[in-house]
Amino acid sequence: MTDTLTPVLTRNWGTDRSWTLDAYRAQGGYAGLKQALTMSPKAVTDLVKDAGLRGRGGAGFPTGLKWSFVPQDNPNPKYLVVNGDESEPGTCKDIPLMMASPHTLVEGVIISAYAINAHTAFIYIRGEVAHPIRRVRAAVREAYAAGLLGANILGSGYDLELIVHAGAGAYICGEETALLNSLAGLRGQPRLRPPFPAVAGLYASPTVINNVESIATVPSILAYGKDWFQSMGTEKSKGFTIYSLSGHVARPGQYEAPLGITMRELLELAGGVRAGHTLKFFTPGGSSTPILTAADLDVTLDYEGLAAKGTMLGTKAMQIFDETVSVVRTTRRWVDFYKHESCGKCTPCREGTWWLAQILARLEAGEGEPGDVDKLVSVASSIGGRSFCPLADGAVACVTSAVKHFREEFEVGYTTPAWEHLPYAQSTLFAKEVRP
Amino acid sequence: MSHFQSYFPDTGSVDMTDRTSALDKSHIERLTAMADRYPERRSALLPMLHYVQAVDGRVSPVGIEICAEIVGATSAEVSGVATFYTQFRRRAGGKHHIGICTTALCAVMGGDALVETVERKLGIQADETTPDGLFTLERIECNAACDFAPVMMVNWEFMDNMTPDKAEQLLDDLAAGRVVHSTRGPEITSWADTEAVLAGLDDGRADEGPSAGGPSLEGVRLAAEHGWTGVPGKDTK
Repeated sequence: MTDTLTPVLTRNWGTDRSWTLDAYRAQGGYAGLKQALTMSPKAVTDLVKDAGLRGRGGAGFPTGLKWSFVPQDNPNPKYLVVNGDESEPGTCKDIPLMMASPHTLVEGVIISAYAINAHTAFIYIRGEVAHPIRRVRAAVREAYAAGLLGANILGSGYDLELIVHAGAGAYICGEETALLNSLAGLRGQPRLRPPFPAVAGLYASPTVINNVESIATVPSILAYGKDWFQSMGTEKSKGFTIYSLSGHVARPGQYEAPLGITMRELLELAGGVRAGHTLKFFTPGGSSTPILTAADLDVTLDYEGLAAKGTMLGTKAMQIFDETVSVVRTTRRWVDFYKHESCGKCTPCREGTWWLAQILARLEAGEGEPGDVDKLVSVASSIGGRSFCPLADGAVACVTSAVKHFREEFEVGYTTPAWEHLPYAQSTLFAKEVRP
Repeated sequence: MSHFQSYFPDTGSVDMTDRTSALDKSHIERLTAMADRYPERRSALLPMLHYVQAVDGRVSPVGIEICAEIVGATSAEVSGVATFYTQFRRRAGGKHHIGICTTALCAVMGGDALVETVERKLGIQADETTPDGLFTLERIECNAACDFAPVMMVNWEFMDNMTPDKAEQLLDDLAAGRVVHSTRGPEITSWADTEAVLAGLDDGRADEGPSAGGPSLEGVRLAAEHGWTGVPGKDTK
């Protein structure tokens, strides 16, 4: 029986100078790397595959399986790229990890690069977060000085160069092929797949792209073993993960637990919905995953449990909204976000998000035209599944799920502004502080 | 607004013949060294453009030409990249960049009210700069700090759990040149200094600020309270 919360990645976040090599080593850091270097690269890949680690960045693809797709007979260099472009609304786990324990990530990079026979690796971090970038760069400098990066790592004969790369503001670069284009110095626009990055990624060479949390989980599997990892989680969703709770919850924050905890349990751990209020709706995995309501509190927060509810685990970012919140307002803001972040490559997404945004704007203002709600659903159905990348699917998921659960509230927008229906000042953190 | 309207703010009127630039030989050497770090030079383009901004206060036409020559692209190609990413400015802005998150969750939690407060306080709208050149205000999208909502960023450093009163005090302090620290980071200096960090320069401030903010530690705190652990063995704290 595992514990309710299982701090692994987060366990050292509050310790003194946790971001330094000394502090990381003092709590057992780099033991996973030492273990990995005694194994063959293939054995490391097999271990991660057998452990059942799945991607923590949204799609949930098995990490070790992804590594095994790299064609080792391809004469080109192999590359490892870490996706630290954390930008999905609601998602806020990788930034604190990179800030508090960058060496966990660096250790994971070295092990993972070793497993796929890469000698150059990149950590791509969104540009709008200066301090995590400083901390990761400092950790990389320390690692080079300690012989953990560079030539002949720890006397093993294995060489690795690690480059920390800052983005420049573009949500779309969290999509793996857009990230690769951005890292190649191009506009961050997605590519058609296949070919998949494992075959033709960065510089048309075999490339593995993994999320920060996925890579940061690898050292623990090496250090504590497959059986330990599998002792947590469910049959198909193994291990532990960081759940991020935000919004109208008593204690928002990061909660690391075995996969399969229920939303009800997690919400209770966080002190429940803020005092005096009740849950209206929440996102299970960021704004790109269809919203759920209080009727769904017993859903298990794993890949299968949420798929069964027609939504996704995504980035495990629970944004919690209470009864004061206008769902028309939040849906409009999310659509504005996707409109702003659409890269413009695919017509349904580029044009469709503009149409959705305009319909939602007039619904929020109480100036909706009869039939607008049906039009929303109709436009959404012309966007989803019709683009190169999943940005468009995310843009319509929040619309169609909100209309499904709260259709009547959207219809109020034919006559009444959302801010009159549900006054906005009631929803703020500083509800008492807002001046008239 | 019942029919489709095209709306393209911030387009046009960039004077591409403006040759003013502070980029000198030493800067060009540094840009070249940045490009040489990557297996292919063009990969360095984003960090290089951050560096151009740190020196010139914007992605200057001269900077674009220099980057193009170093990475072996045309200036049109480099312009195409520079205009894709929201952090790149084509016009000079204020000493401090004030970003207020107004994506759904932060907007609801108070981001919209913060924008109103700051606009009234500074006498400008979003995407504008104060006449004294101190502040540029921008409504930003989700900045990955949702458990600290509503979030303000100053020069891309976190200012967590912002309120209207705290925002006014912060702006007063910055305007008066008083020392201000990020709630989870270093002392606030300037937007240009941050751009240099993004370009890859070490400003020696990695050790400033805490390891984590309160919400980041909620799960760990609760686990310690209950004696719950994730890892076997002794280092279970």
